[in-house]
Order: sequence, then C-alpha cells, then structure tokens
Amino acid sequence: MAAPYDYEDGPQHLASAAAYDPNYVPDSVKTFVSHLYRYIRDKNVYEIHQMYETSFQTLSDRHFKDTPWPSVDAVAPYVDNDHVFCLLYREMWFRHLYARLSPTLRQRIDSWDNYCSLFQVVLHGVVNMQLPNQWLWDMVDEFVYQFQSFCQYRAKMKTKTEQEIALLRQFDQAWNVYGVLNFLQALVEKSTIIQILEQDKEGLEQFTATDGYDYNGGSNVLKVLGYFSMVGLLRVHCLLGDYHTGLKCLLPIDISQPGVYTCVIGSHITTIYHYGFANLMLRRYVEAIREFNKMLLYIYKTKQYHQKSAQYEQILKKNEQMYALLAISLSLCPQLSLVEETVNSQLREKYGEKMLRMQRYDDESDALYDELFSYACPKFITPSAPSYEEPLVNYNQEAYRLQLKLFLHEVKQQQLLSGVRTFLKVYSTISLGKLATYMEVDEPTLRTILMTFKHKTHAVGSDGKVISNADIDFYIDDDMIQVVESKTAKRYGDYFLRQIVKLEGVMTDLDRVKLE
Amino acid sequence: MGREQPQQEQEGEPASMAYAVEQLVAVNPYNPDILPDLEDYVNQQVASQTYSLDANLCLLRLYQFEPDRMSTQIVARILVKALMAMPAPDFSLCLFLISERVQMEEQFKTLIVLSHYLETARFRQFWDEAAKNRHILEVVPGFEQAIQAYAVHVLSLTYQKTPRSILAEAINIEGLSLEKFLEHQVANCGWILEKGQGNGQLIVLPYSEFNHPELKKSSADNVPLEHITRIFPILG
Repeated sequence: MAAPYDYEDGPQHLASAAAYDPNYVPDSVKTFVSHLYRYIRDKNVYEIHQMYETSFQTLSDRHFKDTPWPSVDAVAPYVDNDHVFCLLYREMWFRHLYARLSPTLRQRIDSWDNYCSLFQVVLHGVVNMQLPNQWLWDMVDEFVYQFQSFCQYRAKMKTKTEQEIALLRQFDQAWNVYGVLNFLQALVEKSTIIQILEQDKEGLEQFTATDGYDYNGGSNVLKVLGYFSMVGLLRVHCLLGDYHTGLKCLLPIDISQPGVYTCVIGSHITTIYHYGFANLMLRRYVEAIREFNKMLLYIYKTKQYHQKSAQYEQILKKNEQMYALLAISLSLCPQLSLVEETVNSQLREKYGEKMLRMQRYDDESDALYDELFSYACPKFITPSAPSYEEPLVNYNQEAYRLQLKLFLHEVKQQQLLSGVRTFLKVYSTISLGKLATYMEVDEPTLRTILMTFKHKTHAVGSDGKVISNADIDFYIDDDMIQVVESKTAKRYGDYFLRQIVKLEGVMTDLDRVKLE
Repeated sequence: MGREQPQQEQEGEPASMAYAVEQLVAVNPYNPDILPDLEDYVNQQVASQTYSLDANLCLLRLYQFEPDRMSTQIVARILVKALMAMPAPDFSLCLFLISERVQMEEQFKTLIVLSHYLETARFRQFWDEAAKNRHILEVVPGFEQAIQAYAVHVLSLTYQKTPRSILAEAINIEGLSLEKFLEHQVANCGWILEKGQGNGQLIVLPYSEFNHPELKKSSADNVPLEHITRIFPILG
C-alpha cells in the first residue's frame, strides 16, 4: 500500500537504528517466508492473500514498527534462494521502508533496480505464479508512488549534500520518467491486455469473469500487471498535467461496469479519483460529478468492511479529497440532481457553507477554490532532472503552482456566470436591456456574458461532440432572452423497476411460508 | 542539434508522414528520439491545415521531460493550432504542460490573452488584439477561418435570431465580404435572413437542441435495457 501522501522526506531517525541487524531473522519471519514461498509454488492464492494482507502487517507491527525487515540475503536460505521470490520479498521490503521510515537516496535507487529486475522477469514471460490482485495492484501503485516521491525528493535541491548530488548525477537512470512510463507501457503491451479486454467484452475470453485469475494452469501476473498499469499510466499522466492522454490510457477499461479494477478497493478509488480529476480539468463537470458521486456512495456503503485493513487511512483520505473535488465541480456546475441523497447530505455537512461562498464569486471565493483544489489535487511533479550547475533551490512546488494557477484562471473566467444564473432562474422572459440594468452592466457586456455561459456549459466530449452541462436553458431572440424551465424529471422508470422486484421478492417469501 | 531535413522528404507524401508519426505516438510515445519527427509534424500541420492534438501533446510532454530541447517557435505554433480547435479545450490542455517561466514570454502572454478573450466571448477585443499581433498569427494559415467558425458556433448555441451587427463583430467581417459570407451560409448552412428592428437585419440560425431547448431529448427518464432485464424472469 502506498505510504500516506503527506509523507515528508528527511534524515532518518530510527528509534532503534543502532539495534537494527539486517541479518537477524526472528523465527516468526522464518516461518512467514517459507510458508509464503510454499504457497506461491503451490499457487494457493487464498493463502498467499492471507499471508500478504494479514500476516505481513501483523509481523510488521510486532517486530518491525520502525525498522526494516531482515535483509533479503538473510531470508534467502529459507526459500531455496529462489530468485523471483527474493525480488518479491525485496519489493515488500522497500514498500515497508517507505511506509514506516524515510528512504535514503541509495535505498531509492536500489528500489528502482529491484523494480527493473522484477518487471523484466515478468515481461520475459517466464513467471508461472498466480498472485492475489491486491498484491499486483500494490506493486503498480507503489511503483508510481515511489516515482512521485522521488521527483518530489529530487526537486528539493536546497538541502542536498555533495554526496547526494554526485549519486543523483551518477544514477540518472533511476526513476527516470522515460523508464517509468516505458515500463508501464511495456506491461500493457506485452500482456496484450487491451486485446484481452476487447475479446472479453465479446465473450471470447474469460478475464473479468474470473477476476483476472487464470484457471487454465497459467499465470495471472503479466495480464493483471498490464491491466493495472493502465491505471498507473492514468495516474502518471495526471501527475504530469496531461489529462487528455491519461484518460486515453484508461479507455480500454469500461468504468461504467464493475471489472478487475473494482476487485481491489485501492484500485477502484485510484481509478475514479484520477478519472474524475482529469474530467474536472477538462471542464467535463457532469462526468466528474457522476463518477465522484458513484464512488463516494460506494465508499459510504462499504468502508466498514475495510476498517481493519492497512488501506483504511488511505481510503478515508481519498474519500475526503473526492468530497472536496465534488464541491468544486458542483460550484462550477450546479446540478444537484446528479448527486445521491446520502452523498449530498455528507457534502453539505463538510462543504455546504464553503460552497455557498464559492458560488458568490468574490475574492473570498477565490481563496476557497484555492484551498479545496490544493487539498484535493494530485501531487504534481516536475519530471525533468534539475540542472546541477545552477544554484540549489527547491522547485518541488512548481508543477503544483502551475496547475493551480491555470485552474483558478478558469474559475475566474466563470465568475460572472453565477450572477446570470440567479436572474435567469427567476425570469422566463426578459429583455437584454432590462437584465443588463439589473446586473449593472451594458448590453454588449451582457451579450458576452450570456455567450460565455453557453460556451462554458457546453463541453466538447472525447468524441468531439458538444455536450450540454447547463443547468439553465435559454436562447436569445434578437434582444429578448427566453428561459426554458428544465423540469427535474421524476425517475419513474427506476422506481417501478425497484418496486416490481421487491414485490416479487415478497411474493416468493410468502409462498415459502407454510401455514400451520 | 543539427537536424537537416533533405528537401525531398519535405516534398514527399504528407499523408504517409502523418500516418507514420501517428503510429509513433500510439505505439512508442515515451521516446526522446521521436522529438524531431514530432516537430516536423507540427510544421506539416501548419502547412497543410491539418491538426493532431495527440501528437502535439506528446511533443509538449517530451519538452517537459527535456526542457533544453524545447523550441519556443514550435510551441507557439502548437498553441495557435490549439486556439483554432476551439471550442475544444485544447489550448488549456497545452498550457498545463508548459512551465510558468516559458509562459511569461511575450508571445505566449499574447496568446494567453487572445485565448482569454475567446473563452469569454469578447470577440471585439479579440480581433483588435489579433490585429496588433499579426506576426504571430499569420504564420498559421486558416487561423481567421477557424476563429470565425468558433464564433459562429457560440452564436448558434446562444441565439435563435441574432442582429447582423452582433454577427459582424463576432466574425470580424463587414460590408461586401459579409454579404458574400451570409450568401454562403444561407445557401449551405440553413441560415435565414429576416428583417429586424429599424433598418437592421436579423439572422436566423439553424435549429439545434442548444438554442431550442424544447428539442432537447429528455434522457432523464430513459431506462437502460440492462435494468429491464432484471424483471424479465418476473414478467415470465
């Protein structure tokens, strides 16, 4: 599981640093690795999952609260020195390190090397294991997280020692953006996951139905890593600010249906969070609102089942961030009918007051948009290496500042629209002259405001077609504005369907009752 | 970096070059070696009045990865092309990938101002500013027509009937040229000319669900087939 996002790099302060002996292997760990190794060889996915999800956490809490696990060399003898197992163990080792401690530059570089070796083994198609989806997702998720962390770390040049700079220059391939993207791309391609998904849709291939597992004696590792890499690519592109390409990478996954991405809660949330965020930046507000709404409702209903898991904190954090993004989206595109009642009441509780102020579009609202965006946005990165010649400054905030600035610029352009909305809600017909007077602008300005409203509320979809996001419909006839009331249609169809199914259920139950 | 293109290549079939580059972008986009091809493709888009968002974003990403190799001239062309793609948000998409420092350069500040005017439908200010910066815009053929198409698009979303003067200001055409333009639109795009207030002329724009909201299909109560299948067993 990726470490908490507000994770700060700093000098290592190991409480028991002096006590850490990489070669000491407690008995419980010996048992752990040898059992895990055996289950992997037996392809016993259920047991692997238990050990990975539960035992690893328990042992970490008990023995390795603030130290790393034993070194891979120390545990290798208990697993026949199996090369692939050691790569997997090291991956977990580094993940634990990132979560509980501060990695040094050397450790970051070593972790990169480990991922290279691990992915290369998988890409060569020689892996014959079946691993739980949770583990495979965590690998991709952590890979992208460590890349993000590295870019943030590298951009803080001010406090870098000469040693660190020398290491950075020497190992310029480590966490290089090309390397990261090409690995993800290679996993997608080599696994032929895109074709598999297409065939799966036509019923010619079993993938979604088996949750990605291979029941024909093969391995699920490459396929599922390829699948999750599409989400990984979406995430990396969002970090770079390329929302269009990010969404393109995700296209093969149909998010209107459950799929392998919904098998693992972390993957489900990451997918929808980034999908929604990308759509928000692309001004496709209705799409963003729809997806955030679905996801938040799902989390509300299911989070109790994840209370004990290591991901719980992350789930809660992303939940809060998505509420913030939903608040932003609804302030820019007031279409409350798209939001489920439960989600809406939560939203009002958390952001009700702020949303009212945001829709007022004054200086205060700017600050609120800034606050919510900054809280909820991804941790944008600068992918290029610094020039080590120039004076050492911290530039880790540059990418974020750019995205924020452009976002606020967009918000400002929509500033005048809320005034128009208020008036158009009240009138069904009004002359341009009158409305201009009420709004204290001249007619030409009013015309531009109305056209801006139309432009901003009619987004261009990915297929190039114009979609209306508008909450208010109007048109102008020479100098008269005609407002058309959009009736919130009652969803009779859904209601009847639900009642029919319910009644059938009651009748079936009644049939079963034996009268004494 | 010396990248000399032999004359023959530039005179070669643009279509096959476009195809080759699109393939690169689809299959091998994270590759520093394709940067020169992408730059040539931008120039080809300008020359042949074609456009590819994917390829241009790919190039902007590569510039982001290796800022030393960035050509501001190419970036300016990409941005002008993106403006021409309005109402699509391509211009913003490109800006997301260009560092703040670079955006401070004069020509980019100008383009950002022009984009701002277009985004907020301030057509008069746009054409005034564009006239002052012909040198940036002239480089890309088809610019005027593209912006005029965008203006017509926004007008068509907003108006059922618009005064002639509003149209003229939005597309920056007057007098005889405007007459010719209107003739063409009436003949080919379903426009109708009516008599307006005073001596004015009203232009009736084509019907669409956007300026005729009653035409909007109510999708709110459509029930997808998959949901109906739930009750098939009950219906028997």
